[in-house]
Amino acid sequence: MEKLLPAQNRLLKSKSSRLGGEFRGKLFVILCAVIMITATIAITIFLSTKGLQSFTKNGISIIEFLTSSKWDPTNKANPAYGVLPFIFGSFAVTILAALVAAPLGIGGAIFMTEIAPSWGRKILQPVVELLVGIPSVVYGFIGLTVLVPFIREHVGGLGFSLLSGMIVLAIMILPTITTIATDAMSSLPNHLREGSYALGATRWQTIRKVLVPAALPSLLTAIILGMARAFGEALAVQMVIGNVRDMPNSILDASATLTTIITLNMGHTTYGSVENNTLWSMGLILLIMSFAFILLIRYLSSRRKLR
Amino acid sequence: MNSKTADRLATGVFITIAIMITAILAGLFFYIFVNGFKYISFDFLTTPSSNVRAGGGIRDQLFNSFYILLITMLITVPIGVGGGIYMAEYAKPGKITDLIRTCIEVLSSLPSIVIGMFGLLVFVNTTGWGYTILGGALALTVFNLPTMVRTTEDAIRAVPQDLKEASLALGITHWHTIKTVILPTAFPAILTGAILAAGRVFGEAAALLFTAGLSTPRLDYTNWNPFSEQSPLNIFRPAETLAVHIWSVNTQGLIPDVEAVSSGSAAVLVISVLIFNLAARWIGRIIHKRITATK
Amino acid sequence: MVTALKERTTMEATVPVQQINRQENILSINNLEIFYGENRAVNGISMEIEKNAVTALIGPSGCGKSTFLRSINRMNDLIPGAFAKGEIIYEGLNILAENINVVALRKEIGMVFQRPNPFPKSIYENITHALKFAGIKKKSQLDEIVEESLRKAALWDEVKDRLEKSAFSLSGGQQQRLCIARTIAMKPTVILLDEPSSALDPISNAKVEDLIVDLKKDYSIIIVTHNMQQASRISDKTAFFLNGDLIEYDHTEKIFTNPSVQKTEEYISGRFG
Repeated sequence: MEKLLPAQNRLLKSKSSRLGGEFRGKLFVILCAVIMITATIAITIFLSTKGLQSFTKNGISIIEFLTSSKWDPTNKANPAYGVLPFIFGSFAVTILAALVAAPLGIGGAIFMTEIAPSWGRKILQPVVELLVGIPSVVYGFIGLTVLVPFIREHVGGLGFSLLSGMIVLAIMILPTITTIATDAMSSLPNHLREGSYALGATRWQTIRKVLVPAALPSLLTAIILGMARAFGEALAVQMVIGNVRDMPNSILDASATLTTIITLNMGHTTYGSVENNTLWSMGLILLIMSFAFILLIRYLSSRRKLR
Repeated sequence: MNSKTADRLATGVFITIAIMITAILAGLFFYIFVNGFKYISFDFLTTPSSNVRAGGGIRDQLFNSFYILLITMLITVPIGVGGGIYMAEYAKPGKITDLIRTCIEVLSSLPSIVIGMFGLLVFVNTTGWGYTILGGALALTVFNLPTMVRTTEDAIRAVPQDLKEASLALGITHWHTIKTVILPTAFPAILTGAILAAGRVFGEAAALLFTAGLSTPRLDYTNWNPFSEQSPLNIFRPAETLAVHIWSVNTQGLIPDVEAVSSGSAAVLVISVLIFNLAARWIGRIIHKRITATK
Repeated sequence: MVTALKERTTMEATVPVQQINRQENILSINNLEIFYGENRAVNGISMEIEKNAVTALIGPSGCGKSTFLRSINRMNDLIPGAFAKGEIIYEGLNILAENINVVALRKEIGMVFQRPNPFPKSIYENITHALKFAGIKKKSQLDEIVEESLRKAALWDEVKDRLEKSAFSLSGGQQQRLCIARTIAMKPTVILLDEPSSALDPISNAKVEDLIVDLKKDYSIIIVTHNMQQASRISDKTAFFLNGDLIEYDHTEKIFTNPSVQKTEEYISGRFG
């Protein structure tokens, strides 16, 4: 069309074409990408700066902060800012929850991909998706009204305990682990199964000796992602764990985690006070842990690629 | 033990695990609904909550939840879709694209309490707004953005390359192709993803504790002026959502009927999330049918 | 340059139709090389494409003929890492140059793909989609172009009563003719066809072939095909590609009856490929 114009005018780029929708559209999507980078960098910088204030401004020793188990920030005469019990609590519930959820999640995945790939998957898949959909406060609420009294009456202790936290978190991360483990198992090439069956192996032998080892890095990724979620979960754990400042001696003891202390105290400490600043330092630990989990997952995925 | 027996035993174990997972869900749902339904009434949904007395409802919390969700989606969807378009259509393999991918990964793995703290620092203290709906919505945007970007990127990548080439070969610009051919084709998948994300946002509480706050001012539902203090539409007012309400009555509340209020609220919350999930599936299925039937 | 061009157009107008030089060329390719990253897919080919003729590109898979075809309207720009060296001269301009507006170029050099790829819209909208973008908004004018291009694509009689139906309701062959119609609607000078009938049944194939022969009076056509019979039936000139080289390029009759290169004969007689 418009062949009357000389070729130069028709076919060469002109300045006016830059101002059109093409340019504006591209600008818009680039802006969106920039927003994501900015948000990430802003979060890292803001939380790091704020989180370091208790060490830089308030003069708390980092070593003491991380290794002392004495937490008494409101003691006017001799305040103590040791968060070791909470770090321990965070790791304890995370690892315990993973110990429970990993076998169940991977077992569920194997059930869906190996035992009953047709009907099993049709039932369990929606079950897992619905479990993901339940908000964490609802898990916490049910933990508080059902699990805590149950443990108090039938197991012992107050009910508010590491055990309760572990069970609530295990159920919460179960769908994460199951979903990723299912993807990992179902993306295994079929010739692995056929090869093993052809050698006369039973289904269990195939699963144990061939399939699980082959999917191992992905299965570990599934567990790590579940743990990352458990480590950062706040409200559900806070509602059932008891939130005491002491190191727990048994699984039935009440305990606290980094997230639960932040949740509990952020609202009623004065912004800028030393106690408030230590909460931000705990937040920084959460941030660093979440980077650590990412690095761990990247390491696993690079190992997966090597295979 | 011979291998046959071991195999049977293992199969039994796996079936038991599957039954356990299903039983956990069934148990949770049973508890939530059986306990919750008896408290849900028209009154419960339409009375304001009470701080001290029994018999409070969840009118404002319910409204706040939907309103914050709306504001969040209004911010997240354009940015998320834009980011997804960038990743699927414009990003060239290289350092910058890797950086953006890392950012998405970091954002999506941040604990929501950390996002809430960032919100407190920036949208509450630095801006001087205090606890606001907007602050809450912005924190939820950070929380929701990675999901939206990934959903959009996947949806766009699933659009057949054929269609894009057809449009470009007709002398249509890249952006116009995206707008008129690629996005409409990817729309169902983006919508499904957005609804699922909305369900997640609706149930989120930790990111809102320190951003939208734990209280709601006295609201006058006849006041539609978004700048008025009492207007429910004011985005610069504190707003306790339903999920936050469940947490706060259980941990800080003084009301005698905690169990009733939180059971009812939990049921309403789970039903809402369930509706989001079912809607997403339903839309997905309809669209799938339409596409497969005409091809 | 501009004046030279004008002179040419005025000359054309005065020369009687019968005397139009059959050798007039629409595209000149000079030493064209195309790379995918490190790999060279086309090794420095040079050829002239005749105006108002059907030029067939044949050769075994991976010989570079499709890559070459896609470079003529810069569709290779979409492939990350693909780039071209050399020249493709169209209307006095090297269309591989950086300063070419590829969007405008693609309006003049249209393309039809191997698999029918109508938009998920109605038959009518499939044709008007690009027209509207090009600035034609008037309903009457759009209606006119839709009918005209569907007639040219020999599809009008089959679809005139259901223009509002989804393009997916058409058969594969009809879809492909719709794709040709929507390309014609843009009034291009050159139409590139990338194995346009390889996904079609024999009857649809025959219709598409008839259509192509019909179209050459208005357009210059370049077609990539795997089908020797098709090349011999519809093309005026044939180029044989092998491993990124242009082995032989001549009148179709000559290529199929008396090729000058041994390899060409072996390929045409089906000894490899």
